[in-house]
Amino acid sequence: MLRYVSNRLLTAFGLALFATLVVFLITSLVPGDPIIAMLGDLAASKPEIVAEYRAKWGLDLPLWKQYWIFLTRLFHGDLGMSISTQRPVLADIMQYAPATIELGTIAFVLSIVIGIPFGIVAAIKRDSWVDHCARFVSLIGVSSPVFWLAFIALTVFYGWLQIAPGPGRLDPIDFPPPTVTGSFLIDSLVAGDWETFKAALYHLVLPSLVLCAATLGLITRMTRASMLETLGQDYVRVARAKGLKERAVIVGHALPNALIPVITLAGLAYANLLTGTVMTETIFSWPGLGRYTFRSALSLDLPAIMGMTLIFAIVYLIINLLVDLSYALVDPRVLKR
Amino acid sequence: MTESVAVSDAVQVAAAEYNIAPSSTKGQRWRRRYGLAAIGAAIIVIWMLVAVFAPWIAPYKPDLVDVTQRLLPPSSLHWLGTDALGRDVLSRLLYGARVSLFVSIIVVLLGAAFGIFVGGVAAYAGGWVEHGLMRFTDLVLCFPPIILAMAIAAALGIGTVNTMIAMLVVWWPKFARLARGLVLVQRHQEYVEAAHVIGYGPGRVLWKHIMPNALGPLIVLITLDVGHAIIVFAGLSFLGLGVVPPTPEWGAMVSEGRELVEQWWCATFAGLAIFTVVMGFNFLGDGIRDWLDPRARRR
Repeated sequence: MLRYVSNRLLTAFGLALFATLVVFLITSLVPGDPIIAMLGDLAASKPEIVAEYRAKWGLDLPLWKQYWIFLTRLFHGDLGMSISTQRPVLADIMQYAPATIELGTIAFVLSIVIGIPFGIVAAIKRDSWVDHCARFVSLIGVSSPVFWLAFIALTVFYGWLQIAPGPGRLDPIDFPPPTVTGSFLIDSLVAGDWETFKAALYHLVLPSLVLCAATLGLITRMTRASMLETLGQDYVRVARAKGLKERAVIVGHALPNALIPVITLAGLAYANLLTGTVMTETIFSWPGLGRYTFRSALSLDLPAIMGMTLIFAIVYLIINLLVDLSYALVDPRVLKR
Repeated sequence: MTESVAVSDAVQVAAAEYNIAPSSTKGQRWRRRYGLAAIGAAIIVIWMLVAVFAPWIAPYKPDLVDVTQRLLPPSSLHWLGTDALGRDVLSRLLYGARVSLFVSIIVVLLGAAFGIFVGGVAAYAGGWVEHGLMRFTDLVLCFPPIILAMAIAAALGIGTVNTMIAMLVVWWPKFARLARGLVLVQRHQEYVEAAHVIGYGPGRVLWKHIMPNALGPLIVLITLDVGHAIIVFAGLSFLGLGVVPPTPEWGAMVSEGRELVEQWWCATFAGLAIFTVVMGFNFLGDGIRDWLDPRARRR
């Protein structure tokens, strides 16, 4: 076990290191000279000013030396300065991360809480209306672009029916709770402010439902397929043959085995939800990392884009690592390979 | 273990067919089995025809600006209304099929070709070649695809070709993984050893003998993936990193109309177009999978 864990940790660390190299290479291979963009045409026509600037920003150094500087800064938590906000990228990320984590986590919980029971029932009652319903929902979730779903949801529930609150984490007239964790739900509970808690929860409904649509579809399909496969196995037949009640057969024998592949998928889904909020946040004016990435991309704010890419890659790696480790806990056969 | 599964499945299939047989005709069974795939194929063919014949069926020029006709609701003159610049939404929608289908099919085919090549060589060569190639694949896979594509597209500058390059970079790894797995299964089969014994070279064995046998799952993934590529490309366009503005493209159309809640037709129909094509490819992909794997058919 220890050997497996250390092996996986080492691989993840190596990949993270390589990820920094990839991000660095993308930045340095950008067509167009950053110096000229910074100086403007007049100053850029004078070679001595250009040379001075190159020396100042370290652009005259060989590539590997530039990478080394980039790397040492990175280990000190320095991701560079954002061009559009004129603040350190890391400070921006710290400010916007809680909103994204809150949204992604709620969407994840929704897709698990709805998706798994939905898939199980669909498998047990195959070809019933529940099954058809599950198929229909997952079809919509998998086939429609999330930015379009977000638009439709806002138009219908906010614009026409006016039963949902508008975009944003709270209405403009509401005051956010005093910051403790950055999550409005937790912070308002800590402050004992029920009204704000309700308002924040209310604002979360549409964006989290839209965000989880695709994941919900995948988890439902996966649970259903895995459950059907398990129900056809011999040990399930044995359990039935020895006279167990159907409920005991499903909950005690089929379900634990059917859920193993779902765990892997769920882990990856969480990673995708956290890193895939760009469109949803943009449409719902959600002040999180996704909208920050979108704005940086629009203004071609390279330090911010690269910082975000790197952070997202590391989140992705960590969650994948956790999935692998939990997989080993659930299924001891993994260790023997 | 596997044998007992196969037997029990065969029994189930037989039992199921026995149950169906008396009450259903050949046509009903065909519809059950291939109905959705046929619908999917039909949707795709229709959209492809639209893409090819767009100049002949579109009622207006897609970039004809007429500010006196701004934001008109759907009517007999403009079936799907007009957008904020007075352009006909239907015409832009029809022309949009060209960009979306072209880009996504090219990206998936090129990505699949490169991925299959990498995965096939890795599995066939083994040793350090395999190790190196697969670690390289893992490296690309450790980035969230849309974020990496965004970063590359932003770094290269806006334009359809640059967006395609960005998508290609993130597209091939899954094909490499799948192809490697498939080739590994085939590699030690007797017919491969027989081909070696006859004296065929590795390239010929890999291409002419192993690939045809590993092709099925790859075709399924390719079909399902075109739908995915349409969504990703539309997403990048939606974010302003896809096509250059006057080009009619579905994601960009949703983006242009996203603030116009009252004028819902600007964004809704473009999104609906994406939804139908993607659904078509999903139906077709699922259908091909069922056709290739009779065991999955019962699920």
